Amino acid sequence: MAFFVRSFYVAACSALALSAWSHSPAYAQTQEPVTIGAIEVLSGPNNKYGIAIRNGFDLALEDVNKAGGVLGGRPLAIAYEDSAGNKDQAINAARQLIGSQKVPLILGPTLSNEMFAVGPIANERKIPIIGTSTTANGITAIGPYVFRTSLPEAAVIPVTLQTARDRLGVKKVAVMYGNDDAFTKSAYDVMKDALAKLGMETIATETFGGKDTDFSAQLTKIAALKPDAIVVSALVEAGAGILLAKKQMGIPSSIRVIGGNGLNSPQVPNVAGDAADGTLVGSPWFIGKADDANKKFVSSYRAKYNADPDQFAAQAYDTLFLVAKAITAAGEVNSDKIRDALTKATYQGVMGSFSFTADRDPADTSGVVVIEMKSGGFQIFKP
Amino acid sequence: MLGQQLLNGLAAGAAYALFALGFTLIFGVMRVINLTYGVYYSSGALLALWLTQNGVSLLLALPLASCAIGLIAVGVDFILLTRLQRARAPELASLMVTLGATLLLYSVANTWLGTNVRRFPPSVIPSASFEIFGLYITLSQILIMVLVVVVVMSLSLFLNATRAGLALRALAQNPDAARLMGVRVDVMTAYVSFISGSLGALAGILLGLNYNAIQPYMGESMMLKGFAVIILGGLGDVRGALIAGVLIGVLEAMVAGYMSSSLKEAIGFVLLVLTLWIRPSGLFGQIQIKRA
Repeated sequence: MAFFVRSFYVAACSALALSAWSHSPAYAQTQEPVTIGAIEVLSGPNNKYGIAIRNGFDLALEDVNKAGGVLGGRPLAIAYEDSAGNKDQAINAARQLIGSQKVPLILGPTLSNEMFAVGPIANERKIPIIGTSTTANGITAIGPYVFRTSLPEAAVIPVTLQTARDRLGVKKVAVMYGNDDAFTKSAYDVMKDALAKLGMETIATETFGGKDTDFSAQLTKIAALKPDAIVVSALVEAGAGILLAKKQMGIPSSIRVIGGNGLNSPQVPNVAGDAADGTLVGSPWFIGKADDANKKFVSSYRAKYNADPDQFAAQAYDTLFLVAKAITAAGEVNSDKIRDALTKATYQGVMGSFSFTADRDPADTSGVVVIEMKSGGFQIFKP
Repeated sequence: MLGQQLLNGLAAGAAYALFALGFTLIFGVMRVINLTYGVYYSSGALLALWLTQNGVSLLLALPLASCAIGLIAVGVDFILLTRLQRARAPELASLMVTLGATLLLYSVANTWLGTNVRRFPPSVIPSASFEIFGLYITLSQILIMVLVVVVVMSLSLFLNATRAGLALRALAQNPDAARLMGVRVDVMTAYVSFISGSLGALAGILLGLNYNAIQPYMGESMMLKGFAVIILGGLGDVRGALIAGVLIGVLEAMVAGYMSSSLKEAIGFVLLVLTLWIRPSGLFGQIQIKRA
């Protein structure tokens, strides 16, 4: 009896295994998959970024494998590791991916400070690592194996200002920035630089504190100087406060506010309401971009995840196609060859056309969209 | 532009004066630097916000929230200060006790409500401004100036024309003599706590309304400004606080408008230091002679 039970069990197991084998998807051919690593914040308070990025990767991965995978028919796979937004956990994840899973390339990590911890390890082991959301200064200076595909703010602001100059005839501006915050101060430095390079005149530079609620003195002064526009580097709360005060003080809406990345948040038009109308900000990507690639991305993302994609998902989506292309171009699963292929790779995706600079940063800003606040939301700026 | 800066400075200064009135009153009568005063400022604004969000009209929410915070102030001051007063503890003791209580209250508010900026619903007060002779003035600025005049007039009426006011002034001048004359110190302390708590709350609501930004920590930076105002005006001097408040508000606007907005916050403290150096008894204070 015992014998029968055991042999039945064995038979059942083999049958299960066989059926699993025969049910494997048609596109995942019998060839061994190429597995790359990804370290993202998948748990903890910042996990919305990591999950959006994973969604973007997975969506692109489906398309890549449907189209025959990489290296002429091998399926591509991603081994995810969770960093939980913690540097040490990110380092462990990288060691695990490189040492035991032997991945030829790593995607991520999500946060810039995680990249500063993990980048040097990957670089030392000569494994290319590609940040899709790391915008801090100095990321790619870690070493020749560190890449990023996200546009730093320094690349976005000049496009916004140039658009205002060329399309709206903005020639002289007043600048306001928060002088007690590293983020708003560094954006101001970029603005100052860009204004000088674009030949736009700065007629007043005013400061405020991040917790300030009274902007009337600065705005009264600016109103008297009659600038063509007001360039603002502020975080959400101060930014919304400035927009509300600007309207309250009777500064006409024809004097637009041009914001840095701090104002590129749905909270700003949400809080400031119609006082925000006409405010311009630049963004590496916008959900309402009308090209076919973007429309297809947005609709298939919505179909798969039942949610709207964000900038992080879009950056991840494009990056995976770029990586697949580079692996195929490398001709074999070899980190050095993939690295060389990446430096030469070009890709036309939802963010626009993409290639790397010699310093492994994004080379092309033609994909930057200037968006305008309107009735509590954003729309593409069309003068 | 000069007119506009003056107007904005005047409105902000009027609210500073209102805030400093309660602060200086409690020092004048009780000889206590009450740091929890900034918490009354924040909680007044938060309470009025909650009331208006629940459909109470602003004109009702203003007195309601002010009086409620006034009553809370009576309780808090009783718990914190009565014991110290009875023991005739030095001023430093009350300063430290209220400092500890303030930090506690702020962290409770912070844990409970978060540091996010909250805003009055747009329907509470029209935000558009009127244009008069080329100057823009908002309804909340008008409200501030009218209310400050009304409050200051009723306060001086109370202090100068009622028995309770007389008792308060007696207490401020000489607590022991006042007690001997039959002034009930506990009752008077409660009066002062109520008035100063309500004034602090009222200032919080009005400035919260004017800039439409409210958060638990807003009282902290206001306290620093309050110090500058009451030292410039003379500690315990009601008229001095009024004038110094308006003066600092106007000077802030002038500095931001004609010098640099980075220096705006500094002007109050420059005045504070100068006052302490040159005229420690404040703008209108008499030089005090300590007799042994």
